[in-house]
Amino acid sequence: MSVTPLFEAKAISKRFGDFTANDKVDFAINPGEIHALLGENGAGKSTFVKMVYGVLQPDDGQFYFQGQPVSLSGPQAARAMGIGMVFQHFSQFEALSVAENIQLAMDQNESLEALSRRIESLSQAYGIPIAADKLVADLSVGEQQRVEILRCLLQSPKLLIMDEPTSVLTPQETEQLFTVIRQLADEGCAILFISHKLDEIKALCKQATILRGGKKIDTLDSETHSKHQIAEMMVGTSISAITRKAGAIGTKSLFEAKGLSRPADGPFDITLSDISFSLYEGQILGIAGISGNGQDELMGALTGEWRDPSLIAHLSIGTDDLRTLSPEERRRKGVGFIPEDRNGHAAVPSMRLTENSLMTSHSAPEMTKKGLIADDVLADKTRQIIADYDVRTPEANPLASSLSGGNLQKFVVGREIARAPKVLIVSQPTWGVDIGAAQLIRSALLSLAQQGSAIFMISQDLEEIFAISSHIAVLHDGHLSATYELEEMTPEKVGLLMGGAQGERA
Amino acid sequence: MYEELLLTILLTSVPLVLAATGELVAERSGVLNLGVEGMMLMGAVSAFGAAILSGSPIVGMIAGAFGGMMTAAIFGLFALGLATNQVATGLALTIFGTGFSGLIGAPLVGKAIDGLPSLSIPLLSDLPLIGVAFQLDALAYISILLVAFVAYFLKRTRWGLVLRATGANHDSAHALGYNVLAVRWYAVLFGGLMAGLAGAYLPLVLTPHWAEGMTAGRGWIALALVVFASWQPWRVVVGAILFGGITIMQLAGQARGWTIQPQFLSMLPYLATIIVLVSISRSGGVLHKAPAHLGRIFYPTR
Repeated sequence: MSVTPLFEAKAISKRFGDFTANDKVDFAINPGEIHALLGENGAGKSTFVKMVYGVLQPDDGQFYFQGQPVSLSGPQAARAMGIGMVFQHFSQFEALSVAENIQLAMDQNESLEALSRRIESLSQAYGIPIAADKLVADLSVGEQQRVEILRCLLQSPKLLIMDEPTSVLTPQETEQLFTVIRQLADEGCAILFISHKLDEIKALCKQATILRGGKKIDTLDSETHSKHQIAEMMVGTSISAITRKAGAIGTKSLFEAKGLSRPADGPFDITLSDISFSLYEGQILGIAGISGNGQDELMGALTGEWRDPSLIAHLSIGTDDLRTLSPEERRRKGVGFIPEDRNGHAAVPSMRLTENSLMTSHSAPEMTKKGLIADDVLADKTRQIIADYDVRTPEANPLASSLSGGNLQKFVVGREIARAPKVLIVSQPTWGVDIGAAQLIRSALLSLAQQGSAIFMISQDLEEIFAISSHIAVLHDGHLSATYELEEMTPEKVGLLMGGAQGERA
Repeated sequence: MYEELLLTILLTSVPLVLAATGELVAERSGVLNLGVEGMMLMGAVSAFGAAILSGSPIVGMIAGAFGGMMTAAIFGLFALGLATNQVATGLALTIFGTGFSGLIGAPLVGKAIDGLPSLSIPLLSDLPLIGVAFQLDALAYISILLVAFVAYFLKRTRWGLVLRATGANHDSAHALGYNVLAVRWYAVLFGGLMAGLAGAYLPLVLTPHWAEGMTAGRGWIALALVVFASWQPWRVVVGAILFGGITIMQLAGQARGWTIQPQFLSMLPYLATIIVLVSISRSGGVLHKAPAHLGRIFYPTR
């Protein structure tokens, strides 16, 4: 190409102790280009963009901006050059207003009033309305992201980095975001777009650079390569589609829920009304639905974190009534739970993995000796989970917080499956994890079902629902639809039910 | 008689205002420094010693502020420089300050100084009853100016915004390129300066001599006051007068021979503190929220 790239990185390396996060990474982007940076969790994407934004300093290599060698000593230097960044976990201050948040990121001094006016006029221009005096704590996640984007736009960036911007958005919000991104690219702004959702990358980006294990694998034209090809380059091994073996579903009902109703606790909660379902041996019941339609409330009622026997007609495993039992007592009856939020709900970030595995298994007799924790048994069990589920850890028994999202999720899933539950209740098993980890988790769920356990899986990922469920139901506005067999369901039908249309009974 | 009572209440509340305003700034930046009592005692002993040596209460005042700030620097060295646990470090600082001020203050026991003179503001001080509020000393007027300064600084200036941001989320502040540790150092040192001034107020105005442990728990009340004020500067003044009032009513009651046990009365400020803390934590509104990263240790990444 004859044009000088807007931004170029040559042989960038970054090490943390013995760990090489980036190993001689090359990268180039032209004005007006939407360029994807792809890779699994831990491939070094975040490290790389943090260096481009000046948050981290490279150990080796050189950056060039408009052909000139530059050193990015800090975010201020990057911003002065015209590099903006929308962070994956918004670096926002909930206790401050929208305008105050943006003011913090601006290098020139401008009165809050003038800035508020500029924010509101710019937000109108891009069709993403926002009130400048609102507290960020009162905004939805999608609105918070708009604040991040507006913050960058106010500095008229030449290069905008977006670190997994769609991971928190609804499909509609994602579409809106893409419109804004395309508008920006048309205006000549280069966009570095990080994601591991291949559909989005194919829809939005022309070029894709793939990182794996800190090394650049290739830069390719994302329009001429198939999703499958790109995914294989990301993972590094060929991906075999997981297949469900049909026909292993028993006739014996393992788990029954009937007439479960739950009033909303607060203005943002959903009322569950009259939810009923049964789980049979070997069944995976996938629960589709857009988030905020009662998933959290239903999960809480099934785990026993919320319980009110007078509002549940029937909840049982085998012949045991679960309605009054605590989560721990339900576990002892053979139910396993994997809540959606792995940080703080499914696992305690500040505790080590052994302690985290003890958390759900301490009632097992082999875990204690004369009332004291059997450290050796616990260590063995934890090692086993780490080995069986390919949990990549920086040390033998690390803090849960030091694991990447995908690895911690593999551990949490492995921990529950290792207890061999008769019934497993799981919410969003592969939320925010990379393809390799998702693959492993899904096959683990499948093999648990093949051994005769029943699985109740809440997921917002339709692809996942169709990949492993044997039956599908849809949760909408606190109502659970009838249960359909996989064969009689299509994504369109599920989509209609998710939108609240009444499905005709099969 | 009421004027006299009001005057004593105001005088008692001045050190509370000073110490709590300083701690408020530190806490808004995300640092919980439980060493206020220790810093006040170091301020008190420095002020008294310097006032005796120089013969000037003004020099004493400056020395008090400096003494408090140096004590805060010890806290900063550990809690910020070495990232130690803030609660443990703060408690240790109070124990250290209590002991060390007693040690260096031992030769000062029994000596007396001329305190800060009171400055009457013409006209205003002639007002009935509330006129006493304008017959105070220089440091008392300064304390109100400092509250006004802190309120303006936090709410209206860019650096105040940065300070609040640091306390609200230090990782985000760092990611935006602000030097979290530097902001917290300034806040901690300012907290120490204010605690030192608060300590200096005791021997320079309230009781013109030095006694070991003479702050008698005022540092702890100041800490509670920050929570009572829900981290808003002007509410500190209201709370300080309230707490000062309780302390004085108890003394006045004893003098008038109320039949209530004096032990019960001297318990009242602490009881009020507990009630206020409980009611704040129960109401749990957004307005009363503590800075989100208060007391959290910050590790910078490079």
